[in-house]
Amino acid sequence: MIPAQFDYIKANTVDEAVAALTQHGEDAKLIAGGHSLVPLMRYRLATPEVVIDISKIEELQFVREDGDQIAIGALTKHVDVESNNLIKSDAPLLAKAVSMVGDPQVRHRGTIGGSIAHGDPASDTPSALLAMGATIRVAGPDGSRDIAVDDFFTGFLETAMDDNEVLTEIRVPKMAGKRWAFNKFTRRSQDWAVVGASVQHHDDGVRVGLTNMHSTPVRAEAVEQALADGQSLEAAAALAGNGLEPPADDNGSSEYRMDLATTIVEDALREAAA
Amino acid sequence: MKVSITVNGATHESDIEPRTLLVNHLRENLGFTGTHIGCDSSSCGACTVLLNGQSVKSCTVLTPQVDGDEITTIEGLAKGDELHPMQQAFHDCHALQCGYCTPGMVMAAVSLTGQNGSLTPHDVREGLEGNLCRCTGYQNIVKAVLAGAEASA
Repeated sequence: MIPAQFDYIKANTVDEAVAALTQHGEDAKLIAGGHSLVPLMRYRLATPEVVIDISKIEELQFVREDGDQIAIGALTKHVDVESNNLIKSDAPLLAKAVSMVGDPQVRHRGTIGGSIAHGDPASDTPSALLAMGATIRVAGPDGSRDIAVDDFFTGFLETAMDDNEVLTEIRVPKMAGKRWAFNKFTRRSQDWAVVGASVQHHDDGVRVGLTNMHSTPVRAEAVEQALADGQSLEAAAALAGNGLEPPADDNGSSEYRMDLATTIVEDALREAAA
Repeated sequence: MKVSITVNGATHESDIEPRTLLVNHLRENLGFTGTHIGCDSSSCGACTVLLNGQSVKSCTVLTPQVDGDEITTIEGLAKGDELHPMQQAFHDCHALQCGYCTPGMVMAAVSLTGQNGSLTPHDVREGLEGNLCRCTGYQNIVKAVLAGAEASA
């Protein structure tokens, strides 16, 4: 349960991190809070030859208002997201989802950017970002680019980021006063969601993000479309698993997740509509 | 590689492999064996220490990442023979059975108390969700954390 040997590089700026990634390519992994990567390294599911530590890059630790958006630095710890007053008032779905990640010790160490870059379909935060319509900002050798969250999660633990890019910022639209709900089913409080759902009302409709219902974090597009077509919440929620292939594990079969998702989504839709 | 870490107020310079986990560094290199290894997979919380004042699971922290930081372990709470109020509360409330989870429970409780002055039993149960007691002695643990929080206030 000790990680395989690796070379350790500490990056003090985003530029240093990009330079180190460019030099070492796919042999290297970035580490921030390490609460996704270190367990993988301990089980030897990840054996990077080079670990680039970005956890102390100060320029990536911030929460600030930017017009009609909130910009969150990638290295902002979960605890600092869930307790931030601006996020609590203007992005309450995100504050709630992040407060449901792991346990306090995990949230003291884990970062929002690390969690998103890991791209785990079982993670709580991506479903909220999908429901809110967030934008992910990344930096590479040629500068910065923005990726819509809808295009960000490309496969199991895979994202649209290139090997030499660093996730720098997460931007969410301000949602003060708009209805939302977060719902997650677990067997024990600190567990990963068996199934989770984020619901966010927008001016032009409702978006629904799902946790642990596919190989990636994913939107329940069939539910969204049914709601747009004026169907009942119950009828819309019944489509929660449409087109998705949920994983099977000790907490439930794919069929169980398909069934559970309709309940989790319906409860969330009702809570947001109430 | 060289790291310099302050544990319970004293700075320790060490030469370690980068892959050294903080819990192993504390126990094996620096001798702070009060920090326990339970599940060894960031579930049980027995290895909880304070990193710059906040509770973390030291089995899931790479030691090079805390170079220059301050760690508090269970050994750092008492002042001489005088127990920390949270330790005293665990003693008074008999909040342990086998005692294996206790150092992690106490450190998680100290961190929780530092963030939230007026705790409800519900806050305590939520705040300790990352710490498991295999003896299932949770009732007295919750009682102790509430008493310890009051005594620390």
